[in-house]
Amino acid sequence: MTSRAAELGGGALTVYRWELRKLVALKRTYLGLGAAALVPLAFVIALAVRSDQPNDIPFGRYVHQSGLAIPLVLLTFASGFLLPLITALVAGDIVAAEDHNGTLKTILTRSLERGQIFTGKALAAATYALLALFLMGVVAVVAGGIESGFNSLVDLSGTTVSAARALGLVAASFGVYLWPLLAIACIGLMLSAVTRNSAAAVVGTLVIALLIELIGILPGLSGTQPYLLTRQFDAWQGLLRRPTDWDPIARSAWVCALYGLPSLAVAYLVFLRRDVAGG
Amino acid sequence: MLAPDGGPPVEARGLVKRYGDITAVDHVDLTVGAGDVYGFLGPNGAGKTTALRIMLGLIRPSEGAVRLFGRDPMLEGARALDGVAGFVEAPQFYPYLSGRTNLELLAAYDGGDGRARIDEVLAAVELDDRAKHRVGGYSHGMRQRLGIAAALLRDPRLLLLDEPATGLDPAGMRDMRDLVRRLADGGMTVLLSSHLLAEVEELCDRVAIIRKGRIVYEGALADLRRSGESGYRIRTSDNERAMDVCRAQPGVSAVRAEGHDLRLHADEGAVAELSVALVEAGLAITALVPELATLEDLFFRLTEGEPGEAAAPAVPPAAAREAA
Repeated sequence: MTSRAAELGGGALTVYRWELRKLVALKRTYLGLGAAALVPLAFVIALAVRSDQPNDIPFGRYVHQSGLAIPLVLLTFASGFLLPLITALVAGDIVAAEDHNGTLKTILTRSLERGQIFTGKALAAATYALLALFLMGVVAVVAGGIESGFNSLVDLSGTTVSAARALGLVAASFGVYLWPLLAIACIGLMLSAVTRNSAAAVVGTLVIALLIELIGILPGLSGTQPYLLTRQFDAWQGLLRRPTDWDPIARSAWVCALYGLPSLAVAYLVFLRRDVAGG
Repeated sequence: MLAPDGGPPVEARGLVKRYGDITAVDHVDLTVGAGDVYGFLGPNGAGKTTALRIMLGLIRPSEGAVRLFGRDPMLEGARALDGVAGFVEAPQFYPYLSGRTNLELLAAYDGGDGRARIDEVLAAVELDDRAKHRVGGYSHGMRQRLGIAAALLRDPRLLLLDEPATGLDPAGMRDMRDLVRRLADGGMTVLLSSHLLAEVEELCDRVAIIRKGRIVYEGALADLRRSGESGYRIRTSDNERAMDVCRAQPGVSAVRAEGHDLRLHADEGAVAELSVALVEAGLAITALVPELATLEDLFFRLTEGEPGEAAAPAVPPAAAREAA
């Protein structure tokens, strides 16, 4: 790595660390993380007081047999609204709030390049999405284990896998689930940079996700479904088949990149070239 | 042609910023020399803040360029701001962080060297006792002072301040001016935008006056004062006869009666000859008082123009620069 690259990377890491520190100081941060932790708890509590199960959701029929089914059920449950919202809460706000509060001009007149500041912010938004997903997964595994036990799990092909292997598959599933979530973060970041309005960016991100979902149910457009961003939230299911179905996973990787990278590029260019005239 | 590396602290040439049909900054040229305390004077909305934002690299000019110590912020980014600090409009900070933590953040963004100076700059702006409190609870004046502290963290050679006394009470304004004066006395170059004449008059030795985006005067404050027409008020034992003598005297103009006095325009030599002529005419001079145009007069003449005309610079900008 050249000294210039190291300098740029070091600056981006400085911004990243301070973005995390700012997130720690903000109440809104805990709202999203709290929701990510509370939803699995509420789900497990609901399971505990009811004898039936959500049979129409993958792994729904096994929630009383193995606690490891619960995080997988929650992945399906949370993909429509919860995790995209939590992700958009920070990604949509991270540039727009600085613009709105006038602090963008404060940090842009220091010694760091705009690209370094943007990179630090993008990493912080991605970290928040990762943290929310991780928190939901950990709470779901622990609460699910307590409620239904760490038992073996029947996968989508009907094969029983050991608890240890199932735990690994759950972790991998959450990893694959992270890709579309990061693409959502990129869209939120783009709207944050373009609109300069936190509320518009957060709501806009969810509206875009909703519109993408609607495209798939329009007459004659059902063939687009495998390439819609929101459908990539189901790609992890390929890991739970025997043999492993890599097609949806591989497709998810490039489809998410197709949505995420251009959004990230637009956000970067707008941030780099924008006039900071407010505040 | 702009100076290469190591040029003056600020050198703007042909600076233009358009927003659609509106031209906020219109071919602004100005040069701030090392050690200057330079006033950027103009009414609200004249284009001062926009020009400062361009200087700090916050907005792109539609035309022209700015160089800070020979470096262009548009081409060299943050590196062009080495040795430069300041703020535009009210300085803004993260309200949920303490004053000290805000400064720690900014010091980190500057590379970390400033962290060791945080106590020093907080003391310089007398905020050391409130440094642990959240900025959200600070008064406007405290935020202004924190803005200065944030600028001083960079140990700048050039300080750009946009209306630093705006919104402060009289004591706060006095403290702010004292602080700027101390910094300038320490050798720092200061570019201070303001619409407050008294502030500029008290602090600055050179000024640029901007009106509707255009510089209508740039040069030494003393030259600006001299450029105003000198007037005299005269009182004699017989003003009616004195009026005739005045009107007949070469070099004396605009003679008019005003109350018990006559007012006229003349240079020092013509007034000396006039006083001799009045005595030779048998008139006693009971008062002869020079009346220089105030900075306020000149400012309004430059920024509002005389009734019925647009911009009416007392000194054409180019001529003023040459004179300076």
